Amino acid sequence: MSGLCLGSMYGLIALGFHMTYVVSKTVNFSQGSSVMLGAVLGYTFAVRLGWPPPIAFAGALVLCALFGLLVERTLVRPFAARGSNAWLMATVAGGIVLDNVVLFTFGKEPRSFPSVLAVKPIEVFGTGVYPLQLLIPAVGIGIAAILAALMRRTRRGKALLAVVQNTDAAKLMGINVARTIAVTYALSTALAGLAGLLIAPLFSVHSDMGTLFGIKAFAVAILGGITSASGVMLAGLLYGVSEAMVTALLGSSYTQIVMFSVVIAALALMPNGLFGRAPVKKV
Amino acid sequence: MLVHLNRFPAVRHLLAAAAAAAFVSIPAVAQETMKLGLVAAMSGQSAKSGEAIVRGLSIAIDEVNAKGGLLGKKVELVVRDDESNPAKGAVAARELVQREKVAALFGGLDTPVSIAIVPFANSSKIPFMGVWAAGTPITRNGAAENYVFRVSAVDELVDRALVDYSVAKYAAKKPGMILINNPWGESNEKGLKAALAAKNIPYAGIEKFETNDVDVVPQLARLKGAGADVLYLVANVAPSSQVVKSLDRMGWNVPIVSHWGPAGGRFSELAGPSASKVHFIQTYSFSGKLSQKGEAVLAALKKKYPEIKTLADVTPAVGIANAYDAMHLTVLAIAKAGSTDGAKVRQAFYAIDSYDGLIKTYTRPFSPENQDALGEKDYIFTHFVDGAILPLTQ
Repeated sequence: MSGLCLGSMYGLIALGFHMTYVVSKTVNFSQGSSVMLGAVLGYTFAVRLGWPPPIAFAGALVLCALFGLLVERTLVRPFAARGSNAWLMATVAGGIVLDNVVLFTFGKEPRSFPSVLAVKPIEVFGTGVYPLQLLIPAVGIGIAAILAALMRRTRRGKALLAVVQNTDAAKLMGINVARTIAVTYALSTALAGLAGLLIAPLFSVHSDMGTLFGIKAFAVAILGGITSASGVMLAGLLYGVSEAMVTALLGSSYTQIVMFSVVIAALALMPNGLFGRAPVKKV
Repeated sequence: MLVHLNRFPAVRHLLAAAAAAAFVSIPAVAQETMKLGLVAAMSGQSAKSGEAIVRGLSIAIDEVNAKGGLLGKKVELVVRDDESNPAKGAVAARELVQREKVAALFGGLDTPVSIAIVPFANSSKIPFMGVWAAGTPITRNGAAENYVFRVSAVDELVDRALVDYSVAKYAAKKPGMILINNPWGESNEKGLKAALAAKNIPYAGIEKFETNDVDVVPQLARLKGAGADVLYLVANVAPSSQVVKSLDRMGWNVPIVSHWGPAGGRFSELAGPSASKVHFIQTYSFSGKLSQKGEAVLAALKKKYPEIKTLADVTPAVGIANAYDAMHLTVLAIAKAGSTDGAKVRQAFYAIDSYDGLIKTYTRPFSPENQDALGEKDYIFTHFVDGAILPLTQ
């Protein structure tokens, strides 16, 4: 159960990696910091300033999206435009800058983010869980489904897919490629921020809370075959559940060793991820 | 965390310099001063510990200076930030001794940093006084001439005290361990195993978890399945609270006997209402009925640091109290030696007869066989109630 909850967290963050990758062949390595940003802003608005939760959460997500736009405009676009891969290091650096800015403004001490959904555990299959732990997988899977539908059904989604397939052709068809890429960055950081808001009550809010999530989510994105939205989400759930199972069966000393070895093995056997498609090379 | 601290060296150096400058400028007198050095974490997640140590040392120094100082000079504290990084701590210790010519060094919260300073202190014959880090090998370092003394808990003795407490209070028959996955957790794993073996008590299991683990239910479920009747917890504030929250979710109401990790921050807030179930070890608490000395130190703290308003603000009390007593013992030793010569001061530490301190009355606190002034009998068990650390009676 707790595996499903964490797994859908990984999935949500990994979806962000997926989106920017398919559209622009770049990823935002500050996704982990965006998770933290969502939680820290949510805490600041809802707990410190006492705003009503819906407004606080919406505010946090909007600011996360703006952070995504900023990352794309300053840390990715200038480098990608030059055909350089320096966006990789630039986004990592951006995440570190954000972590440290938060360390100095928000403070060094971890804080608690209370939630009405994480007070009384309810019993499910013989173990106690908070309602929030059921909500997280529901939200994760729901968002993956909505994203998939949006991509296929709406104009903007089709524009996105066009950019994915052929940037130059999309440009010729009058699609604003730069804006499309910027929008996906905003969406992907908002997803990470949402993940942060959801996990915060189960965890504590502090400046480096997102780092490990970011790393695991990237492993999940690669594992799921970064090109497939449903594959990424599924890989997230799989990863979360296996992680909990390994801990429960073998003991916690082995969790990280087993999990990351499995990731390496899986990639060696299936280089395009569990659910990815090999890119077709056209001559 | 080490990685974290290294991310922004420039800013941290500035801060450290600013902090150091602030401290250095306090006794701006023309006369020569007696310099004593502190190497502790003044920035990063353990910054609160450094602040507590500085407060304890400063209150003691004020008392010494009010009575005419030491060997005719005013005592001055020189602080360096180790950023919880052993390499930086070792460099800072060297700089304090060689450039600032400090007569003695005081150490901070991090065991790895203290361990990095120990060989330098011994080889350059500079008394090194530990006031927080509890790692057993800091004082028991095997040097023929040991210059390392300590007024703090010792892991090995803490582990014995945890086992004793769990047997006396909860009649523990098969305890389980839930330990942070780092060298501190490892050293206590050894200590707890030895303490249990000495009492012929089997353990249900040993589980590790990471600082940033959200969910500790799988580990705890294993301990529960193995029949654990008491849990020994070794971790800092945030990870300790994840253990408590996971226990709440599982609905497993098991006694928790803990090292002093939870004392370092807002444990009540992070762990929720069940925080008070965690019984953890301390060397001192400013709560309850205080001795005359306790009242005096608390009043001095409130006067010197106006931001201290309630008992919840004098945390971590251990840092303040250990540092306060350690400073007075060091001053006694230097006064007795009549000089700042390291070898003479070391012998003078052994010659201290009695000192009526904040934590206890020390009688012959140091000997070449035991350079730790505090022992098993000096530990108290406490818990959090509404943000304040209150003592428990056994």
